[in-house]
Amino acid sequence: MTARRLGAVLAALLTLTTLSACGGDDGPEVVVYNAQHEELIAAVAKAFEKKTGVDVKLRNGSDLELANQLVTEGDRSPADVFLTENSPAMSLVDAAGLFEPLDQSTLANIPDQFRPDNGHWTGFAARSTVMVYNTSMVKPADLPTSLLDVAKPEWKGKISFSPTGADFQAIVSAVLALKGEQATRDWLKGLKANGTVYDGNNVVLESVNSGQTAAGIIYHYYWYRDQEEAGDNSDNTKLHFFGEKDPGAFLSTSGAGVLAGGDHQKDAREFVKYLTSAEGQKIIADSYALEYTLNPDVPLTRGVKPLSELDPPDVDISSLNSKRTVELLQDAGFL
Amino acid sequence: MSRPSAALVAGAAVAVLTLIPLGYIVWATVEMGPGELHDLLIRPRVGELLGNTVTLLVGTVVATTVIGVAAAFVVVRTDVPFRPLWHVLLAAPLAVPAFVNSYGWVSLTHAVQSYQGAVLVVTLSYYPLVYLPVVAALMGLEAAPEDVARSLGRSSWRTFWTVVLPRLSPAVLGGALLVGLHVLAEFGALQLLAFPTFTTAIYGQYRSAFAGDAGTVLAGVLVTLCVLLLTLELLARGRRRYARVGRGAGHPAERIVLGRRAPAVLLALLGFVTLTLGVPLASLAHWLAVGSSTEFPMGELSSALGSTVALALAGTAVTTLLALPVAWLAVRRRGPAAMLVERGTYVANALPGIVVALALVAVSIRAVPPLYQTLPLLLVAYAILFLPRAVVSVKASLENAPPLLDDVSRSLGQSAWSTFRRVTLPLVAPGIGSGAALVFLAISTELTGTLLLAPIGTTTLATEFWNNSSSVQYGAAAPYALLLILVSIPATFLLARQATRKPTVAEPVVLAA
Repeated sequence: MTARRLGAVLAALLTLTTLSACGGDDGPEVVVYNAQHEELIAAVAKAFEKKTGVDVKLRNGSDLELANQLVTEGDRSPADVFLTENSPAMSLVDAAGLFEPLDQSTLANIPDQFRPDNGHWTGFAARSTVMVYNTSMVKPADLPTSLLDVAKPEWKGKISFSPTGADFQAIVSAVLALKGEQATRDWLKGLKANGTVYDGNNVVLESVNSGQTAAGIIYHYYWYRDQEEAGDNSDNTKLHFFGEKDPGAFLSTSGAGVLAGGDHQKDAREFVKYLTSAEGQKIIADSYALEYTLNPDVPLTRGVKPLSELDPPDVDISSLNSKRTVELLQDAGFL
Repeated sequence: MSRPSAALVAGAAVAVLTLIPLGYIVWATVEMGPGELHDLLIRPRVGELLGNTVTLLVGTVVATTVIGVAAAFVVVRTDVPFRPLWHVLLAAPLAVPAFVNSYGWVSLTHAVQSYQGAVLVVTLSYYPLVYLPVVAALMGLEAAPEDVARSLGRSSWRTFWTVVLPRLSPAVLGGALLVGLHVLAEFGALQLLAFPTFTTAIYGQYRSAFAGDAGTVLAGVLVTLCVLLLTLELLARGRRRYARVGRGAGHPAERIVLGRRAPAVLLALLGFVTLTLGVPLASLAHWLAVGSSTEFPMGELSSALGSTVALALAGTAVTTLLALPVAWLAVRRRGPAAMLVERGTYVANALPGIVVALALVAVSIRAVPPLYQTLPLLLVAYAILFLPRAVVSVKASLENAPPLLDDVSRSLGQSAWSTFRRVTLPLVAPGIGSGAALVFLAISTELTGTLLLAPIGTTTLATEFWNNSSSVQYGAAAPYALLLILVSIPATFLLARQATRKPTVAEPVVLAA
């Protein structure tokens, strides 16, 4: 009796959820594994659907989850497009040979420093590394001119950062690419001695704002978004942009690629093209995200320091986050 | 086919399912090769993580046990005013996901970003896993053995230690084991508390582009810790059996009259509830009030709410069904085979969600491609993740259901199935209910498995909360956290009520040591 009733309830639920999940239309569709912020990509997807009639299905997750999932799935993956927050996840999937080269017309939308030479994927948005500092604890005159300076003794106990994130690993890769292995080792050693480690950029921002640490390394948009939110985690702080091609001015790129094993190649290409077009980029520039758009025709404004003034270092985007970076981080005891 | 072998086959099938993640870890470890394995495991960082994980484990298991037993004792055995209210409030933290609690604490003070802070916050989230079974066990105890002990001259304190506590041990151990497994697998809360353990480090490894295999291999260390924990619990449990037939002429123990101590006890309870519920709820209220991104998109909220409830109910049904043969074997067919089946189901519970989810991705996309990212597979994934929650509860109630009654039923000509349905099932129904409620709470807050394995387009309250809070839109995340808590209230209430039910037929007593 009980068992039978349970079975009936279960069957009803199964039918219900299956129905609601399927939706039941058979039109053209694209399956997107999306590690960028859901709200942002959902807005782009909606506009793309309206324009082309192609249904965009999003599976949302983080860089780490979805990149590892794609590699685990291999060529059986149901995904057509992969979008990330930072480029190392793109490199991971590219290294597994899962991307199909993009069309020349798509690549032409984005300056070449924001995409790898092989054309297997392209950047579509970027975030700048910045130092956030507590205005009552650090005087503007005492701000470091280089990110490498925070490993010096005078910054002991004053700096916080989030070394487990792909974000920070991309920064370390940039240091490695620009300054070489020995300088990177020394820098990491100094950071380990000086720094407080938090898990997540938002935690770093919050700790600097509350005076727990004097300064921290984060991406610019955490600060700008908090200011647009309520300022609760940032009102006691300001941002310091390194500039001058310093590793601390590193720009990390959000990437988009088309998967070779996907069933909807043509529409997948159209989607990535749209994402990088002026029309798609405008949606990103107008959104809450406050990340830099990369199509030169549609710059981000809204009170954020312009991309053209950042003067980031020249780093080959496909060389980021090599196995070497992870080993250096492991040796330094961060991973 | 006779019942024992049917149960063994069912149990073994369940065990095979739950061992998929373990197989995946072993495979990754073998693939890696001894040289790289040595470099990965034998280094200072691993020692540091091991130290952190073990000390956190010990700290929280001790703290949850002490608090859980003490709180249960106050509620069941003293005349403290407003007892039913306190009971519900003490069970209520189960409705607040650990990561929400953790967020509340971190926004209150950074002092919690330390070992002591991690023990505090994790304890406040998980102590009900000890409290509830201990309340249930205390309610079921009859007073005669205690009366005898005291009449023979033992003090109340010694009576508690030598007569009451041993009879509570299955409940205490079951609860402490669940706490331990949760601590091993906890990610969200500890990430916010900036306290690195093996699980947070494994996520770090997966995040770095070329270290995914290293993450899987590190999970092997967690498996070892889990096996240690399971063995310890088994040793502590010993070979005692607890069932007896009939309520006899027993009477419940007299409540301790608090008298002048009542205000102090009340104050302590109030302070404790402020810590467990006040802090996270106040932080949530703050974000609902001040966040500019706070809005109530009714369509999205209700669709996330609907799918959360539907998934949690369906997943709970599957998980509870799969738990039945495992618990039955563990209690009624004690032996190496049954023990392996039962203990095997715990392993996945001590692993980070990402490892279990990737293991299921790897296996299901090759073994059953049509089922990949469909509802049935997701439900099986939930079962693999949360089976122990159901097994522990069902086992506890089966232990108190005398096998003698089954024998009587069979001797009266009932079939095995009919005996199970008409005799055993009603006796263990309360345990099934509690187990199901615990599983429901876990599934409604589950994140990684849902992200990777749900049918595409599925959103739940947990995935939406995480999406919004990781993009620093705490205001937008708050309504989802609020709904998560609201969804968890019925299950929590059910657990609280179940714990204070009078036992129907049997009550625990040590028959043979």
